Amino acid sequence: MTDKSHDPNQMTGAAMIVRALIDHGVTDIFGYPGGAVLPIYDEIFQQSQVQHILVRHEQGAGHAAEGYARSTGKPGVALVTSGPGATNMVTPLTDALMDSIPLVCISGQVPTHLIGNDAFQECDTVGITRPCTKHNWLVRDVNDLAKVLHEAFYVATTGRPGPVLVDVPKDVQFATGTYHPPRKSDVHRSYAPRVKGDATQIRKAVSLLANAKRPVIYSGGGVINSGPEATKLLRELVEVTGFPITSTLMGLGAYPASGKNWLGMLGMHGTYEANMTMHDCDVMLCVGARFDDRITGRVDAFSPGSKKIHIDIDPSSINKNIRVDVPIIGDCGNILGDILQVFKAEVKKPDIKAWWQQIAQWRARNSLYYKKSNDVILPQHAIQSLFEATRGRDTYITTEVGQHQMWAAQFYGFEEPHRWMTSGGLGTMGYGLPAAVGVQVAHPDSLVIDIAGDASVQMTIQEMSTAVQYELPIKIFILNNQYMGMVRQWQQLLHGNRLSHSYSEALPDFVKLAEAYGGVGLQVHKPADLDGAIQEMISVKRPVLFDCRVAALENCFPMIPSGKAHNEMLLPEQANDEATAKAFAGGKALV
Amino acid sequence: MNQPASAYFIEDRHDPNETHTLAVLVQNEPGVLARVIGLFSGRGYNIESLTVSETESQKHLSRITIVTTGTPMVIEQIKHQLDRMIPVYRVVDMTQTRRSIERELAMVKVRGQGDHRVEALRLADAFRARVIDATTESFVFEITGNTDKINQFIDLMRPLGLVEVSRTGVAAIGRGPEGM
Repeated sequence: MTDKSHDPNQMTGAAMIVRALIDHGVTDIFGYPGGAVLPIYDEIFQQSQVQHILVRHEQGAGHAAEGYARSTGKPGVALVTSGPGATNMVTPLTDALMDSIPLVCISGQVPTHLIGNDAFQECDTVGITRPCTKHNWLVRDVNDLAKVLHEAFYVATTGRPGPVLVDVPKDVQFATGTYHPPRKSDVHRSYAPRVKGDATQIRKAVSLLANAKRPVIYSGGGVINSGPEATKLLRELVEVTGFPITSTLMGLGAYPASGKNWLGMLGMHGTYEANMTMHDCDVMLCVGARFDDRITGRVDAFSPGSKKIHIDIDPSSINKNIRVDVPIIGDCGNILGDILQVFKAEVKKPDIKAWWQQIAQWRARNSLYYKKSNDVILPQHAIQSLFEATRGRDTYITTEVGQHQMWAAQFYGFEEPHRWMTSGGLGTMGYGLPAAVGVQVAHPDSLVIDIAGDASVQMTIQEMSTAVQYELPIKIFILNNQYMGMVRQWQQLLHGNRLSHSYSEALPDFVKLAEAYGGVGLQVHKPADLDGAIQEMISVKRPVLFDCRVAALENCFPMIPSGKAHNEMLLPEQANDEATAKAFAGGKALV
Repeated sequence: MNQPASAYFIEDRHDPNETHTLAVLVQNEPGVLARVIGLFSGRGYNIESLTVSETESQKHLSRITIVTTGTPMVIEQIKHQLDRMIPVYRVVDMTQTRRSIERELAMVKVRGQGDHRVEALRLADAFRARVIDATTESFVFEITGNTDKINQFIDLMRPLGLVEVSRTGVAAIGRGPEGM
């Protein structure tokens, strides 16, 4: 007994949790206290290595941890109590699973002997979060806790990254046991993600690339997740091959928007040139993307004439939606390196001048065209102005979900990875504000802007209070059209213009709301005032709610209508009522 | 193309369904079966039959045998989705290897008298089913074999006074000297 009391590795479960965070290099966590996590909060109180950010709702903690993770490449950590604390984490966990974000959530649980008794604030946390985590654990013995925590960090950050959850009953937090630092044997022997790509497949891929007449590179979030080396190699591959490159929503920034081979984003609201290039290509190199339904359009008409190479670390992404010719399983950084090596050694730059001429014709359609106005601010114009005002600055952008998100993706040019945080897979309204909180915690001196909509922002507006408490000068740039714009757009296009519940009749006064939280509120109505107001927003060193009143009925184009292929895009100049109605065959007549 | 107005691309896929038997070796830890079953229900896959038991208690390994149906693309997905679960060691498609043996055990209760009773006994003998319980008016037969054989036996018992059936589901193993 006396010996053990001197053993520095003897400690309570609560102390182990804090110790494990420190051992994994965690400096900031996001959380909300409650009965079942009080021992952990007591430990947090008595140390200073891990800073805890108190959010206003557990969902905010999860999205903040996601923003932190996406902007740093490190895992984000959230700490929540049992019952409602855990259920409030379901949305961010699912969001992180869909977008492959490394997240470690520690949840409190009622004491072991009460589990299954419908105790106060009890829920089956591991049962509820099983389908929305990469893996989860319920720890019933304090002596298992260290191993599980280390394994949790390992699983979250390796292979295809994702969220994990460790559920710790309160008696386990109180109990004393033996801690050990991270070690190799802490990981399931059954978990061994593949990193290195198959050499034969890589050769096949290079031979396809070398003989391509109409190639395209289609990259995704996997490149960013893989790390800075993958980004560097992707850029080098584009340079060495001279191929055009497009990207998914998640992949923006891996190749710079100012790069000469950049086609813009692809998919439902991607550019005409990106989608046409995808449709007509003869060789497609997909790097760290997953042929998601917002990308492919009609599956049986997706890029019909091409040979497809697919690099992905997750074998289940291969042939899920689109059958590919050369799958390569492994880390995309690693595989890009191998492809480049073989390509440089054996191939001279393919001549694809004719292909570029074709692409130039598509580009000339100017698919992101919109008509500026002197009377009313067009949302596209607002994003462009924001981009111009922040260009060259150390800026991070988060978004909510909807039209504003698509406009941000179309009109804000990302030059570097990790600068763009958006809810891609799950499409979580309310993601952007707490994500901005997390990004600002990770980058205290950077400019962090949440491009928001008036509807989305209200889903997690309470995190303004967090931003004020921790003096996080986030800027919430609301494109306020007084509608749930994307819902309305679909209602206009597909549901006979019956705008069922997509209009907010009682929007708050965002300026007063900002002030009520102790932040700064700005409002702008006129295009002439926009640039000045943006400058003011940037120069204020406090949280800002920027109420940018934009054209209410503007819609997001270009667009692949449902059931259509990449080459059947609806372009802005065609988006009059009649053409739209026709494009949406099956949709009701437009009013 | 007469599809309803939707934000999703709706299309019919007409690939024919196949039936596959998958052997899944997993770490025997709390919740592992729930994970596997949850994957099937969550992603809309079918389970025709499911058998699970610990097979190597020293190493805490369990073996799950799943019979599932789907298009070739879906079957491939199922295998990959299973394989990427953290506690899953291996997934082997016993149908694809075409070198596997599948067996199922059923206990079949038949109630009857006179000719029916005699006929049931005679058929049981032909199917190599054993009598494991008997009363003056009933039998319980134990029968082992592949799914078709058991189905056939049950069909024959039906007019002879079939009361109930309990089946284990399919267990499968590869032929030859190699393990999975």
